[in-house]
Amino acid sequence: MPRPTLLDPQGQTVEHALEALGFRGVGDVRVGKALTFSLEGKGSSREEAEQKVRQMCERLLANPVTEDFVITLREGA
Amino acid sequence: MIRVAVIRFPGSNCDADTLRAAEAAGAHAYYIWHRRDHLEDADAVIIPGGFAYGDHLRAGAIARFSPVMPAVEAFARDGGPVLGICNGFQVLCEAGLLPGALVRNAGITFLSRPVRVRVESTDTPFTAQFEPGAILRMPIAHGEGRYVAPSGVIDELEATQRVILRYVGENPNGSMQAIAGVSNQRRNVVGMMPHPERSAFTHLGETSGALVFQSLTRSLEVFEGGAR
Repeated sequence: MPRPTLLDPQGQTVEHALEALGFRGVGDVRVGKALTFSLEGKGSSREEAEQKVRQMCERLLANPVTEDFVITLREGA
Repeated sequence: MIRVAVIRFPGSNCDADTLRAAEAAGAHAYYIWHRRDHLEDADAVIIPGGFAYGDHLRAGAIARFSPVMPAVEAFARDGGPVLGICNGFQVLCEAGLLPGALVRNAGITFLSRPVRVRVESTDTPFTAQFEPGAILRMPIAHGEGRYVAPSGVIDELEATQRVILRYVGENPNGSMQAIAGVSNQRRNVVGMMPHPERSAFTHLGETSGALVFQSLTRSLEVFEGGAR
């Protein structure tokens, strides 16, 4: 997600479009990206998995200068 | 002869123009494929424009981890001159060799047209031959060219004359402080969004970009001459 201090022209455009469609009360629209993937986690804890994904975000998936990230873990089959 | 390595990634598309511009300035320029892990005794490295790895994830984000980059990083750490043009600038920022980041243009659309920039510092190997304050007309061609950095970093860049090029007349992409090019602290690594290689020949309509490459070969010649 683009950092709160960063101008997000895509978010502004989407906000104007929602307004034009008659949706009232919409503000602070930000456009980021979502990445989904599976992670083999046999024998490892939820904390270990989260730690691993956090490292992925810090090293590659997010740019620390411009983006914040949130991690959502969901246990699969 | 000055040896200039032009790094090629899958998706580089200004590599040939950059090679020619370096040759025209008197260098022996050659390509280094991104899978290579050394630079063949380069005296300088240029990362050209294009869309390395399709700009997937973020421009430069994947290229920054390609096998050639540890060699480029070591070369830069040793004080070797490194220039990133457009996508090359994005790669150098992602690699942490230059501060800040380049994000989507404020006007959202891809921009491909000439702009005017001012040479703010001639104290780099790539701008030494310019008159200080010279105003150049060079093309830009980018979707993610808005230079951003934390305000403390911007202040430091300004205070230490590390803003190398600045847009004048208009700020086409909404860059902070209209920044079009910056250098690292040691001033040997420079990134710029405008394309000097596309304004380096009379048949391209503009020649002022040629001085970027001549600055490089002259700086290295002086250095080599001094060392001998």
